[in-house]
Amino acid sequence: MTTILQPDDTMIPGVSEPAKSRATRRVRGLSDRTIAWLFVAPTIALLLAINIFPLVWMIRLSFTSLNLSMSYLPLRFVGLDNFTDILTDEDVWFRLQTTAQFVIWSVALQVVIGYGLALLINRQFRGHSFWTTIILLPMMLSPAVVGNFWTLLLQPQIGPFNYLISMFTGVPPSSFSMTGQVSLAPWTIVLVDTWMWAPYVMLICLAGLRSIPDYIYEAAEVDRASAWRQFWSITLPMTVPFLMLAVLFRAIENFKMFDMVNLLTSGGPGSTTELVSITLKRAAFEKWRTGYSSALAIILFVTVFGAANIYVKALNKVKQR
Amino acid sequence: MRTFNWLRSSTATTVLGTALLGIFGGGEAAAQGKQLTLCWAAWDPANALVELGKDFTKQSGIEMKYEFVPWTSYADRFLNELNSHGKLCDLIIGDSQWIGGAAENKWYVKLNDFFDKEKISMDDFVPATVVGYSQWPKNSPNYWALPAMADAVGWTYRKDWFSRPEIQSAFKAKYGRDLAPPKTYDELKQVAEFFQGREIDGKKVYGAYIFTERGSEGITMGVTNVLYNYGFSYDNPKKPYQMQSVVNSSEAAKGLEFYKELYKCCTAPGMTNAYMQEGLDAFKSGQVAMQMNWFAFFPGLYKDPNVGGDKIGFFVNPAGPNGHFTQLGGQGISVVATSDRKDDALAYIKWFAQPAVQQKWWQLGGYSALKAVVDAPDFPKSAAFAPQFLESMGIVKDFWAEPSYAQLLLDMQKRVHDYVVADKGTAQQALDLLVKDWTKVFKEQGKQVASQ
Repeated sequence: MTTILQPDDTMIPGVSEPAKSRATRRVRGLSDRTIAWLFVAPTIALLLAINIFPLVWMIRLSFTSLNLSMSYLPLRFVGLDNFTDILTDEDVWFRLQTTAQFVIWSVALQVVIGYGLALLINRQFRGHSFWTTIILLPMMLSPAVVGNFWTLLLQPQIGPFNYLISMFTGVPPSSFSMTGQVSLAPWTIVLVDTWMWAPYVMLICLAGLRSIPDYIYEAAEVDRASAWRQFWSITLPMTVPFLMLAVLFRAIENFKMFDMVNLLTSGGPGSTTELVSITLKRAAFEKWRTGYSSALAIILFVTVFGAANIYVKALNKVKQR
Repeated sequence: MRTFNWLRSSTATTVLGTALLGIFGGGEAAAQGKQLTLCWAAWDPANALVELGKDFTKQSGIEMKYEFVPWTSYADRFLNELNSHGKLCDLIIGDSQWIGGAAENKWYVKLNDFFDKEKISMDDFVPATVVGYSQWPKNSPNYWALPAMADAVGWTYRKDWFSRPEIQSAFKAKYGRDLAPPKTYDELKQVAEFFQGREIDGKKVYGAYIFTERGSEGITMGVTNVLYNYGFSYDNPKKPYQMQSVVNSSEAAKGLEFYKELYKCCTAPGMTNAYMQEGLDAFKSGQVAMQMNWFAFFPGLYKDPNVGGDKIGFFVNPAGPNGHFTQLGGQGISVVATSDRKDDALAYIKWFAQPAVQQKWWQLGGYSALKAVVDAPDFPKSAAFAPQFLESMGIVKDFWAEPSYAQLLLDMQKRVHDYVVADKGTAQQALDLLVKDWTKVFKEQGKQVASQ
């Protein structure tokens, strides 16, 4: 522990007695504990003001009928009505399914591609640093930039993506719309999210790969284990905790994905790519259904928190093995 | 335990205290000079308003500051500001549908006394704009805004393509009539089908551009132009809020089917989430023969070097089998109730309401709603699109302007987009679900909703 020591002014030679007694009184006035609290208090106050208080307030609002576009109406306590409305609403369940599918597919692809990239980048080759930087570029971009950039790339008439597909398949480039067709739009958001975040998974996996001691591979070489056998028996098991961590981070992030999908498809066509975060935003800040959206936010929070807790327990078990 | 003896010096405590005061105790640094902030959407007419506002500054000495937000986030941004009783805007040019909520929530200053005092009469303004932008409740003498920017949906077409002899003869050979700006939606579809995929000047072109945007209000503002003319109404005029068999009548369903057919047969690829800007881009790039859009953009299009001037023509939203209406756009200007500069804001409205200012507003590219301007004998000749604008303002209908309009609008966006773009269900099912959604919203609002 660091100790900040300052010469006590009562010890300074030549300081007069009245001055010493004044200094002593000041010392008694502000104890170490008080000063420590003085430092911590702003942080605690900020935490209470911008995290805890809104959370408590949101819980309170979730039991009310508050609609900010009609704030002149009396605020009614509606008990669990908002929660019942949400949990019995087919549309909400459909949005949750859409979100689950997006999370599962995008995270699965990111793990496979990210892990593959990590295995490649883990080898030493010419231009290694350059390619690492190139691969990492997408995750350094803002989701808003990615959304707009891909919207242009996927534009059926001028976007290069359709021309690329056309080159390989012979299908006319303007005959399909990646963001506008019900069959393609869900895959489009998975594709763009994977493009952006597979490098992130790669980074985590790379950390895992670099943490495996060389002597284990050397021992395997002595035992004449094939490269495939080394991968299955050493590399994969020893990087599983890292992979699981990547899955946790990406799953939580994708569960609350909003910006990129909103820019790419606005949840459309129809409601095909309307993730639950878009539903929440629309309910809270477009329809102004504050009570209802507070309840939905709580349900989502509990879902993510619960799932993440179960997952972390599983992760800890894997680590202990 | 750490020790912080250094902090015990009175100097350090004073410095810390001052810093904390600076962070938490700072208020407005100094009294500001006379300045008004006007909030609106970022689009062509806003630039005209900035130009116009310079005259106000010259006359009054009040500086004008502007807060313009793109249409896609205009409602989100400003409704949030109004909801939170913010002080960003002194004056706001708010969308017509906000008027109910703004009045009921007391976001706007009621202007009746001010109008009486300054002798500003609402009889001097185009009636549709008074009902659409100023009154709440509708058709009652309660005014919350001055009609500022009259607007409606209209159509542009490529006059140069329409006038080419080879195109005219091909059209006549196919449909047995002259190629001309369509007067009915059936004619419009024929013209759109005719142009769809046709090669003009070595370039493949498409029939029509229509609104399909999902996120804000786009597809609703587009589809209503067809629905009204097929027999759709928001509710039974004799029984307010009675929507069953009115919103989802078989005629309305046919109108919705027609919009989908038009979207499928005659629009450019990829127009699945397109609104004003995409329409302008499509037209300016020579991609479409006809474009649905707001009159507000027409002055800019007319000036466009590539497609403006003699190359562009304008026509009123075509009629349908059961009527002839068009979607109202536009906004009124209001004083924000939380403004600290209400008197100056009212002075701006007084200045803006003057006939000479309104005349200049029209000349600069804004759309005046003052009868003295639009009913002037030379008005139809004052711009290429003026006659169509005038006719359109006589046949406008608007979306709900209830305080719950945002919920009603988003419900319609979802149901219509689901059917038209995402091919989900039938037109009848989409409208039936819409009635269900709207009934729920009105019931939450405490309205009596009769089922028949």
